[in-house]
Amino acid sequence: MMSENRLRRTMLYVPGNNAGMIRDAAIYQSDSIMFDLEDSVSYREKDAARLLVYYSLRTLDFEGIETVVRINGLDTPYGREDIKAMVKARPFAIRLPKTETAQDVLDVETLIAAEEQKNGIPIGTTRMMAAIESPLGVLNAYAIATSSKRLIGIAIGAEDYVTSMKTSRSPDGVELMFARGMLVTAARAAGIGAFDTVYSDLNNEEGLRKEVELIKQLGFDGKSIISPRQIAIVHDVFNPTPKQIANAKMVLQAIEEAKAKGSGVIALNGKMIDKPIVDRAMHTLDLAIASGLIEDARTAMEVSNAR
Amino acid sequence: MPDNSIGREIPSEILAQFSRNMFAGAYVNTPHVRQDKGNRTLPRLNKLVDNLEQVIVKTGLKDGMTISFHHHFRDGDKVVNLVMEAISQMGIKNLTVAASSLSAVHSPMVKHITDKTVSRIFTSGLRGELADAISNGIMDNPVLIHSHGGRARAIESGQIQIDVAFLGVPSCDVYGNANGYTGRSACGSLGYAKVDAGHARKTVLLTDNLVEYPNTPFSIHQDEVDYIVVVDEVGNPEGIGTGATRLTKNPKDILIGSLAAKVIACSGYFEDGFSFQTGSGGASLIATNFIRDYMLAQNIKAAWALGGITGQMVALHEEGLIKRLLDVQSFDREAIRSIGENRYHTEIDASYYANPLNKGCAVNKINVVVLSALEIDTDFNVNVLTGSDGVLRGASGGHCDTAVGAGLTVVVAPLIRGRSATVLERVQTVITPGATVDVLVTDRGVAVNPRRPRVEEQLRKNRIPIIPIAELQQKAERMVGKPEPVQYEKKIVAVVEYRDGTIMDVVRQVRIQ
Repeated sequence: MMSENRLRRTMLYVPGNNAGMIRDAAIYQSDSIMFDLEDSVSYREKDAARLLVYYSLRTLDFEGIETVVRINGLDTPYGREDIKAMVKARPFAIRLPKTETAQDVLDVETLIAAEEQKNGIPIGTTRMMAAIESPLGVLNAYAIATSSKRLIGIAIGAEDYVTSMKTSRSPDGVELMFARGMLVTAARAAGIGAFDTVYSDLNNEEGLRKEVELIKQLGFDGKSIISPRQIAIVHDVFNPTPKQIANAKMVLQAIEEAKAKGSGVIALNGKMIDKPIVDRAMHTLDLAIASGLIEDARTAMEVSNAR
Repeated sequence: MPDNSIGREIPSEILAQFSRNMFAGAYVNTPHVRQDKGNRTLPRLNKLVDNLEQVIVKTGLKDGMTISFHHHFRDGDKVVNLVMEAISQMGIKNLTVAASSLSAVHSPMVKHITDKTVSRIFTSGLRGELADAISNGIMDNPVLIHSHGGRARAIESGQIQIDVAFLGVPSCDVYGNANGYTGRSACGSLGYAKVDAGHARKTVLLTDNLVEYPNTPFSIHQDEVDYIVVVDEVGNPEGIGTGATRLTKNPKDILIGSLAAKVIACSGYFEDGFSFQTGSGGASLIATNFIRDYMLAQNIKAAWALGGITGQMVALHEEGLIKRLLDVQSFDREAIRSIGENRYHTEIDASYYANPLNKGCAVNKINVVVLSALEIDTDFNVNVLTGSDGVLRGASGGHCDTAVGAGLTVVVAPLIRGRSATVLERVQTVITPGATVDVLVTDRGVAVNPRRPRVEEQLRKNRIPIIPIAELQQKAERMVGKPEPVQYEKKIVAVVEYRDGTIMDVVRQVRIQ
């Protein structure tokens, strides 16, 4: 179920004031759903959206899909109210917008902890994500990523960032190279997830595919998406190839054989298999299982045995 | 021994032996044969009549008769309103209108019902103001709803006797050869009109495009046509191809369409040389595109497709993935273009399409059909006629015809529309009996009719998750609740005929709260 290790290739944005989209959010099988109380909700609808998301999380069945709520910042009149309501609503995580410093995370964490205590929820239950959307945030990425144990990952929000950088987004994303590299490195150094920004040209499927290929190669876990129509493409890019799956299975088999022989050294086709290779194989099989490319219970069990 | 009119001696016993009359002159017994030979100053032989009033008089239309129309112009139709207005002006009353279907554009019919010009309606569908008025009990006699196949059966068997058929055609010549794919009001196939032309006592063609004789290739033949009237326009091109070509961007339709295609690909019916039909709804249309992906991936070609032909099917045909198209009705501009251009895009009439009592209709041979639904109940009965409020707002169409004919009938629908559940314990109106439906594909799961264990086994083998339809119904109810039942009056406003002519269901007048 909800865990740190689950796949987060796609995080589907759902405006917090759109009842129909909230109701249907689970049917598209994104890895996570992110209900937005922030930028997609106008000032006049902030309260209504908060209530709608609250009751939706309390009553609707999201079929085991991870839920995240993007709250308003503490520098707005809505942030504190959002935290109060959402801690009780119990999404898996609360996502902070426009995080610039570790203190931003800690401020929210303090408020979350207080609400947890008040409501008899075990402290630490509510996980967090931080979105980094400014040059300062990018430079502080590692400090942010390591600021709280509640953090499951950090995400880059590109629109504000490129504006602050006095540039704009381009098809090949050269303006984001530094920020993306910094972010994914900080996340990996902190041992948490790294999530890429949205791709907003909904009808440009080729452009989306290229961008996903890029961020996958950079090492990101996944990407925020603005429409269910983007899910299939992102998952497709992250899906391992049949050759990669076969290879990962062979690694697994080699581990089993080594265990059976009581040997500490694992070898495959005459090459030694070290930890990075094992980790990569595990990740490949996780992806393959998640995408339905492997469905036999045996492999799934072997993967968990080998861990 | 008597002489005939040219002075030949014909023994009386010969006449008696062959039961024949004496030759009395070249023109005496054949009224349609020209009598103006040798006089080049007379106008050429034709069936043109100056205006609608004159033609109505010529057909001998009287109170209480049955007239018919086709619906190939869909929401662009101008013919029904034009003819009905003329008939109404002439004071003819108490007519039965036997249209292949009626749509939102026919709201003036309400007026003709009120002034008693029309007392009975037979149709496949009703929409808009006319449908609302009928649901509110405006007619003394219930409307008879039949399927496309059922209508062809009724006409061919003489159960419906059409006195005068008023058929709009996009092009015709002076002698009545007409086709559907040339002219500004092109609508493609004239499949429904062909049945009427072949069986009506009098057939009148209306056209806005009179062309040189002979208008080949023709769909309606000169030997079936009595009169022709040229009018300003028979159809509005904007309304004829009502957007069906545009592929949906609705993610829910895409989800359902892709799942339906997957179900088909895994069903066991998906093999080289198979045949299929997909309807015109968003999910059904896009399913065609996903089926294409499976065809390419598995190197499968369809022998033929049936319809209701859409631009999607035409694209597959032109790509070589569907070898032949049988077209009773062309849904959009691409289909209209194709039926005129493609050798193996063949026009068929409604009887060939779906008449259950002829010697073999096309739906009998179809392998897979994808159909939409307004409602479906836990016994798989489908409603495509009335809304969740009980008001008429749809059409029987070829739904029950194709459902029973196809090897695999897949119904696609979102589990919830707005605030209403689509999967219910009991549908408002049954058009297609549950025994003829095999699989339901929704955005929240696939259900297989328990009558089809082999289909279920096949899908499970291919790892498609199946849920009982009752569970889908419960799921929907948990989300939208259980609505108050629709309140009806006693009065029956429509009778649903099954394709074989038996009565399937009735629709009652809705009670105004």
